[in-house]
Amino acid sequence: MEFYVISLLNGLSYGLLLFLLSAGLTLIFSMMGVLNFAHASFYMVGAYLGYALTQELGFWTALFLSPLLTGLLGALFERYYLRRVYAGGHVPELLLTFGLSYLILEGVQIIWGRSTIPFHLPSELDGAFFTIVSDVSHQMQVLWSWQGAQVVNALCDSSAQSTLTLQCTPFPTNRVFIMLMALIMMACLWALLNYTRLGLIIKAALTHPQMVQSLGHDVPSIFMLVFGIGTAMAGLAGVIGGSTFITDPSMALTVGSVIFVVVVVGGIGSLTGAFVASIFIGIMQTFAVAVDTTLAKMLTDMHFHLSPSALQNPILSLTVTQIAPILPYFLLVVMLIFRPNGLMGTKL
Amino acid sequence: MKKLKSLFILLLFISTATSFAQKGETVKIGWIDPLSGLMAPVGSNGLRSFKFVAEEFNKSNPAGVKFEIIAMDNKLSPTESVNEVTAAIDQGIHYVVQGNGSSVAGAIIEAVNKNNQRNPGKEVVYLNYAAVDPDFTNSKCSYWHFRFDADTSMKIEALTTYMKDQKDIQKLFLLNQDYSHGHQVSKYLKENLTTKRPDIQIVGEDYHPLAKVRDFTPYIAKIKASGADAVVTGNWGSDLALLIKAANEGGYKGKFYTYYVSTTGTPTAIGTSGEGKIFQVSNGHYNMGGKMQSIMAEYKKRFNDDLYIPAIIHIFNALSLSMNKAQSTDPVKVAAQLHGLRFESVNGPLEMRKLDHQLQQPLYITVWQKANAKSPYSPENTGMTLALIKTFEPYVSSTLTSCNMQMP
Repeated sequence: MEFYVISLLNGLSYGLLLFLLSAGLTLIFSMMGVLNFAHASFYMVGAYLGYALTQELGFWTALFLSPLLTGLLGALFERYYLRRVYAGGHVPELLLTFGLSYLILEGVQIIWGRSTIPFHLPSELDGAFFTIVSDVSHQMQVLWSWQGAQVVNALCDSSAQSTLTLQCTPFPTNRVFIMLMALIMMACLWALLNYTRLGLIIKAALTHPQMVQSLGHDVPSIFMLVFGIGTAMAGLAGVIGGSTFITDPSMALTVGSVIFVVVVVGGIGSLTGAFVASIFIGIMQTFAVAVDTTLAKMLTDMHFHLSPSALQNPILSLTVTQIAPILPYFLLVVMLIFRPNGLMGTKL
Repeated sequence: MKKLKSLFILLLFISTATSFAQKGETVKIGWIDPLSGLMAPVGSNGLRSFKFVAEEFNKSNPAGVKFEIIAMDNKLSPTESVNEVTAAIDQGIHYVVQGNGSSVAGAIIEAVNKNNQRNPGKEVVYLNYAAVDPDFTNSKCSYWHFRFDADTSMKIEALTTYMKDQKDIQKLFLLNQDYSHGHQVSKYLKENLTTKRPDIQIVGEDYHPLAKVRDFTPYIAKIKASGADAVVTGNWGSDLALLIKAANEGGYKGKFYTYYVSTTGTPTAIGTSGEGKIFQVSNGHYNMGGKMQSIMAEYKKRFNDDLYIPAIIHIFNALSLSMNKAQSTDPVKVAAQLHGLRFESVNGPLEMRKLDHQLQQPLYITVWQKANAKSPYSPENTGMTLALIKTFEPYVSSTLTSCNMQMP
């Protein structure tokens, strides 16, 4: 039981980190119609800037400054490069951002090297936020960190030696931190879009740019701002993701493809869709690792009669664990076939 | 009398001239390993260790040659590595070394075999310092490949002999990287346990992508749910460091039986938490004493890093001795000397077995614990060390080979 609870929470925290990343991408696409190929690269820039700033100013300042700087870089890129190619339509935009992603990758490698860098969360975020203690009969009890680490340690360490087999499953504070940051950002974004004058103008500029322009608002600046906000969110995800997991030059590539899956599955341009898809993919990837069943087993369970050679078939006998890494892309293909607009997409 | 003296001098001159025909020559060694990607820290440490040991040997070695290391980043890709071998040949390099990844090693053996068959006079010798897939000295054995690490059949033989007496192991989980090496670890372990400890239950067996996983939390949750009291893993580099990190965060209390605790980054990831619970089977350890200890101390002083691959020192010992015996740096002549060479290195007398070119050497089981007077060396300034539990002499750790070597 505690396995499901912990896996669900792990999936949720990974999903929320994905959302933090893909929200920026969706925002930029739905507002400006620009498919930002370099989005994951801004994620990487955020992580590296976070590392550099942590060395000088400490983690918490870096957590605040790095997204701002990343956003600023994004806004400048929009202002001086992307804006020039809007007239050409989607292809020049795609090519430009595609080229940018390579420039960023090489730039990062020149400055910080090709190897991983030692970027870690501060020690305040070490340790368990809460610990699920369960006994043999699966009676569960949750011990919170503020109840005192000594109590938890005493209980769990004693059980390691004694025959009284208590199962202790801690949930790390850094995962709680990821979730918290993602939820705060989400709330801020939602409030900005729905409850402020700026949000109103942004939304209006999305659907009726000419009208908003003629009402005297500076639409190009609004676009620059949106691009800045989107890349700043990627930068924030970078600081959090880079310090929790690993910061290295391949980090953009690893998430780059997954966030496009999130955006397409959620429905291009829909923030709610991106949220649902992120959480779904996060949880799916976490649980897929744990499932040992194979296609052959599933078919047998469904009372299909399989010949002995079919049971040995290399494809049918792949475990779900083994195919876990390709599941998101499988989902992408299925979604494009049956629901090309995505879960909540309104237009394409 | 004067004539005799001059004749004597002449003779002396001739003898020194012939016995040191190779003296003063520079031997280029192509180093093919990752310098980018998740395994870059491990690769960088290997490169630095090679350069450092080469420098030490350049001061004095039996052959009187100078070694020069040419670094080539293979990005841990077999395809890239084959290109690097070709590039090395074009640069006139006759010796290549590689260690990280049996996937890569297999490709290099193929490339070297083909080259040596097709281009006589441009032969390349491949000195493998850490790729441990047993196939390379069995079904795929090659005259041009020499392995200085101990292969998985030897390591698992030693490890299971130790595990045989560990009655607390009841349920075992095998987690390995999804490529030849990882699969071999699982295969040999299961084979060995069926005779040595048939009562051990294998409660899980998983493979994950090599050097791709950033978060091992789901795997730890699975291991915990399986009820395993110990994990056996051949993981190395980031794949071991992140696995142990996730185990610490996830509160997994079982034991780990591993190959590569000493690889860069892993000691830091384990920290003080894994005391008495993490074991390593290897052809070296941190507190071997003698020459190895002084080399490690000097390396630490210079780079604030750990030199943990004794096979590198074996390579330079064997290579310079063979060059001296062959009186040449010609790869064909040197390979003929390496074939069956008996030599002394930092862990005693060793033998490069003629049958399969697998170095016969002692193996050590060590455990992660606090550094003390008996085991003082502390990697990555953790205050911890790997303390020796058991030594397996070469005749114990040796395994049979099915190699049918094709002589050139």
